[in-house]
Amino acid sequence: MTTPEPVDAGVGTTTPAGHRTAKLVGLYLVAVAIALSASAGLIAITGGPWRKVFTALIDGSVRNPGRWGDTLAEAAPLLIVALGAIIATRAGLVNIGQEGQLAVGAAAAAYVATNGSGPLVLVGALLAGIAGGAVWAGIAALFKYWRKVPEVISTLLLVFIASQGTGYLLTRTFLLLDDDPNKPNRVQTSAQVDAATRVGKIHMFGNEFPWTVPAALALAIVVTVMLSRSIWGFRLTVLGRNARTAQRIGVPVVIAGASALAMSGAFAGLAGVSMLAAGSANYRYTPGFANNVGWEGLLVALVARNRPLACIPVALVFAMLRTGSGFLAATGVERSIVDVVRSLLVLALLVPPAVSAIQRRRAVPPPAPVSTDEPIVTVAR
Amino acid sequence: MIGLIAGITTVLGDVLTADAMYESAMRFAIVLAFAAVGEWVAEKAGTLNISIEAMMIGGAYTAAVTWGAVDVVPIALLAGVLAGVVVALAQAHLSHQLTIDQFVVGLTLNLFVLGLALFLDSKWEAVTSVVKPTEVPLLNDIPLVGQALFGQPWPMYLIALVVPIAWWLVFRTRWGLEVRSVGDNPQSADVSGIHVNRRRREAIMVAGACAGLGGGVLVLGQISIAGYESGHVGLKGIIAIAAVIFGGWTLRGTLMGCLLFGYFFALQQTLPSLGHRINAQLSASLPYLVALVVTAVFATRTRQPRALAQPFVRGLT
Repeated sequence: MTTPEPVDAGVGTTTPAGHRTAKLVGLYLVAVAIALSASAGLIAITGGPWRKVFTALIDGSVRNPGRWGDTLAEAAPLLIVALGAIIATRAGLVNIGQEGQLAVGAAAAAYVATNGSGPLVLVGALLAGIAGGAVWAGIAALFKYWRKVPEVISTLLLVFIASQGTGYLLTRTFLLLDDDPNKPNRVQTSAQVDAATRVGKIHMFGNEFPWTVPAALALAIVVTVMLSRSIWGFRLTVLGRNARTAQRIGVPVVIAGASALAMSGAFAGLAGVSMLAAGSANYRYTPGFANNVGWEGLLVALVARNRPLACIPVALVFAMLRTGSGFLAATGVERSIVDVVRSLLVLALLVPPAVSAIQRRRAVPPPAPVSTDEPIVTVAR
Repeated sequence: MIGLIAGITTVLGDVLTADAMYESAMRFAIVLAFAAVGEWVAEKAGTLNISIEAMMIGGAYTAAVTWGAVDVVPIALLAGVLAGVVVALAQAHLSHQLTIDQFVVGLTLNLFVLGLALFLDSKWEAVTSVVKPTEVPLLNDIPLVGQALFGQPWPMYLIALVVPIAWWLVFRTRWGLEVRSVGDNPQSADVSGIHVNRRRREAIMVAGACAGLGGGVLVLGQISIAGYESGHVGLKGIIAIAAVIFGGWTLRGTLMGCLLFGYFFALQQTLPSLGHRINAQLSASLPYLVALVVTAVFATRTRQPRALAQPFVRGLT
């Protein structure tokens, strides 16, 4: 078809683009206000002091000494997971199993890291973690392209299998279980990662945070550039928009899709390694090591609407909720309120762009069919 | 090797001859079936509805709390249904009115309802006691399957109502015809005057009602459960989706899938009491492993609704 697409959706509408942006910002503000007041209402209904809850969250995440360093440290793995999620989404795939991929990556890294010491082992652990996450997502990719299993289902099922499987690794000393009889508590954990194998810390203004933070930021920039400026990124975008078109223009659909899924798993695995080597759970692999970072990283990507750089502030906010929740005990409100606040925020933030898109669709009259007297392709007679 | 085979044979023999095994498997299968029938209706309309998990969690918690408050089982179950429908309302309007990606909505709702139930449970703890089994005289004395079929708590028997109603709705009403058409070819349905997204929303409501009821039956009808706990639903909704895929989007096949997965859930619960030692992690992940393998085997063989998981926006082709 030769019908020209409208160049800019804003052209020919009664609302100018600037007006629409202001409206969108307004919608966002209203949505966040609704989410926060709904959370406050929920706390009030259950008899909690909602004002204190919000101040405790701020205190625990930035205001108290040494806290914003912790928040930054929490934000790094969230950001890395989110970047991986974006890669899969860009290719039109829905990877929602980051929680499991992160656990597998971290467990694989822990196996390498606890069997040696030194910077080389750290590199090995890094590779093992990346491979672990990639393999776990690769299973879903294999099932998708070989047997047409929706990756939504398989990645979710693999989360549960990962948590049980890595739990098994912690029951055998030849796998991951710490065989030190003097270990601090009875919980089954792996041995501690040796001091020489850990990621260094940056000290700044009385706060400290690991080197994974600048690394994650750099990764965000790399992913942005790769997605928007490379052939690989272009292929993924076409694949995500329309698989058939992608095939016609020569994108190897299966390879590109499967590798995007595996790569998003690799990012989750990388996030797992970064948590392990930066001191999450005291440099040990423990049951429940992933601790919802996979889920939350995925939510970061959703809220950021799959733009890598937008993930940075969102990851920070989510990390604030994580570190702030540690200060909730004093208010007598359960920590799990943070889960509610977070998912309410996510739900609220999904709505404004959708509403805006619908308004835009309704505002633009359908393009009139181009009337050409002559056929554009003249057929030889 | 021979020892291993002999071991497996004795375990299999014990499992196949234990009444408790059949009873437990049937219980899990029925709970799964409530959710799976609902999911089947939603998928017929073209929604791969992963918030079925949230609907079950909502139903389970609400039913448990209501039971604790009023101590009347039917009202508790009704509350469970309502909670399921409320979650379904959110899913339906976000995904089929605002046209936000259905998986995004579903995942967020799953995490939201899971967190909400956990938080509320810390305030208002839901404690239930199990509904006593209703035993049909004589019939429940049939060896092996007697207790499984005729000795369940009464809410379990509601499945015998839900399945025919769902079948009748989808295959014998105008509404059902429209639901199937919007699941297979929304563009044509739209042209012939069917409100595509409204039918899809309604199908999700049906799913919510069924899954909410399933959640209620889960907390009120299962032996060895006292109240709501965070892990109870534990991806059973996703297993229900796997059952629909296993069944090749037929109602009969879906129910067979529920029986299959129920069996593996029961293995985990019953094997230790039969005196067999099995690796805890393996037995816990067995239903999920089986679900993964089974969907891999059956996903290609059967005809899924052609517009499954594709959003409908008028004017897009």
